[in-house]
Amino acid sequence: MTPHVRHLRGLSIATALVITVAFVLVFFYAPLDALCGFVLGGVFAVGYLRTGERIWDMRSYCAIHISLIFSIGGLLAGSIWAKASWGHWWVWQEPTLVSYLIVILLFATYQPLRFSIEDPERQSRYAAVFAVVAGAFVPINFIVVRLSAEYVHPRVLNLEGGNLPGPMKLTFYTALLGIALLFATLMKYEMAAKATRMETRRLRRALLGDDALRPLGRSAAPS
Amino acid sequence: MSPDSPAAIELRGLIRHFGERTVLREVSIQVPAGATLAVLGRNGAGKSTLLRILATLLRPHGGEVRIFGEALPRRGWAVRGRLGLLGHEPLLYRDLTGRENLVYHARLHRVEGSRVEEVLHAVGMERRAEDPVRLLSRGMVQRLAVARAVLHRPELLLLDEPRSNLDPAAGDLVEPLIGRASGATRVITSHDPQSALAEADVVLALKDGRAVYSGPPAGLAAEALTELYR
Amino acid sequence: MRTAVAILRKDLLLELRTLETVPAMALFAITTFVIFHFGLNRPSISGQLAAGVLTATLLFAGMLGINRLFVAEREQGGFDAFLLAPVDRSAMLVAKAAALFIYLAALEVIAVPAFGLLLLGRSLGPPLPAIVLILALADVALAVIGTLVSAIAVQTRARDLIGPIVGLPLLVPALIATARGLGPVLTPHGSVSPPGKWLAVLALYDVINALLAYAVFDFLLEE
Repeated sequence: MTPHVRHLRGLSIATALVITVAFVLVFFYAPLDALCGFVLGGVFAVGYLRTGERIWDMRSYCAIHISLIFSIGGLLAGSIWAKASWGHWWVWQEPTLVSYLIVILLFATYQPLRFSIEDPERQSRYAAVFAVVAGAFVPINFIVVRLSAEYVHPRVLNLEGGNLPGPMKLTFYTALLGIALLFATLMKYEMAAKATRMETRRLRRALLGDDALRPLGRSAAPS
Repeated sequence: MSPDSPAAIELRGLIRHFGERTVLREVSIQVPAGATLAVLGRNGAGKSTLLRILATLLRPHGGEVRIFGEALPRRGWAVRGRLGLLGHEPLLYRDLTGRENLVYHARLHRVEGSRVEEVLHAVGMERRAEDPVRLLSRGMVQRLAVARAVLHRPELLLLDEPRSNLDPAAGDLVEPLIGRASGATRVITSHDPQSALAEADVVLALKDGRAVYSGPPAGLAAEALTELYR
Repeated sequence: MRTAVAILRKDLLLELRTLETVPAMALFAITTFVIFHFGLNRPSISGQLAAGVLTATLLFAGMLGINRLFVAEREQGGFDAFLLAPVDRSAMLVAKAAALFIYLAALEVIAVPAFGLLLLGRSLGPPLPAIVLILALADVALAVIGTLVSAIAVQTRARDLIGPIVGLPLLVPALIATARGLGPVLTPHGSVSPPGKWLAVLALYDVINALLAYAVFDFLLEE
């Protein structure tokens, strides 16, 4: 069993439970974790650049991959919220929404970037540099977009739990925890899958020789 | 050569991967200072990769590499100025003149300006030094490339298939710069075994990244040689 | 430092000899002004609209320069030559960013007067110092991010595409600050001093990215 598979069952059960408790409101707080996920992707990338070990590159890749999916979900949810509160599917006055769009536009280039570098070691290194710069970009972008929003209005898509009354606070934190667990679970699943595939290929190569393996083709995943 | 002087090159179990493939598997060899090492093997056997590792352009993934006693990649910066690489590409900017190119390299290597004129004369390019490189014939470009490689008086010369890149006349001209007479330790890769063997003090034969022979040229049997290129 | 100067001299010499980058950028900018004129269908523009048009045009013209920055190194062996030299590898970052800054400044010397002539509804004279200051700060951001992105892009297969799609989102905060800084300055009878807030944002953005770039650039040069 690869190390990633440890605790996976227990983790999955805990996740399923918590998610069920806070399901609907989960959508409106996904964005926060996606943000942290991107910054985490940058942190893992620093780990790769410092140690050169493939495992950090895998973590960085998975973190960004999953954060991107969460962000798109958050953007869709935010759009629904905008329709509900402003009457339009898109509003520029909501800086959180706008920031998400920009961040998604940036991280959507991560995979095309990886795809188009053929040397695997170079691919990992360049992706790590991207992840570091882009990870640092996320908070900067948030701040600058907020500064540019001239309209003063009650912050509807509130990221701070501080303004919420008691019962809402509980829901908020549970949802946050649920999404964080979901993130961790998905990461472990993805990493376990990749590690297993790599191990299988390594064994086939050892037993059958180099030529028995078809190359990985367009997979951008770090080997 | 005294037995105490450090070998110019020491490889112990050198490993290098490219993704999932292993390009160099546990290559070991020692090359004394001033000697010539010939690296033989088919295309794809790992010769150019080995050369680039020695040039500090690639880092080893396993094993030990020492040049002039300094361990790579950690101490790569200490040896960089002491080696010269001559490969398939001349490493010259096509829109600059020969002289401008050499002056640029001289600045990078902190070499005095007069040395540029010296090497231009040595390769017989003084009269064409003011022409942009893209207007020069291939033979002239190669001569300039040699000038570039030896500009900073390297103690270790890394020559990737030098015969195939130089026409015979040019070859004679640059012989004192990159040949035995230069006095530098040399590593020559070649896919033409005969000429390389003639010049070599030590031979390293690579097949699929593995060192199938390392030692003096006399010890390499003729059958082993043909086997290498099959 | 001496190394950076040597590289910069070489690049400026090459640019003067081949005239590849700056004339193309300038032509692109002026053509874009013409397109904007017909697209907006107004006798002249001023204020925030003018600031937006100018900033966007300079940004896209700058992208042309960014795409070309490392091409000669890649195709003519410049990277190898540099990596073989016993020099500090950050010198390449400094030299290339300085070269890009100079190209952008040359672009603006042509494009800004052209803008004043073709599109702007007020005279360029009084706000000129403010414009120069804002654009200088913006150029630093463009130069630093542009160098980073260009170094990444030049090693990929889809070289000309990766540069813009990665670089533009990263430059959005600088774009916001530049456009919002220029807005009041380009308004008829507006103030001639630029808003401090946006200058501070630009300056801070420049510093953070310069530090980041300095930290990660070496990883892009290794093979």
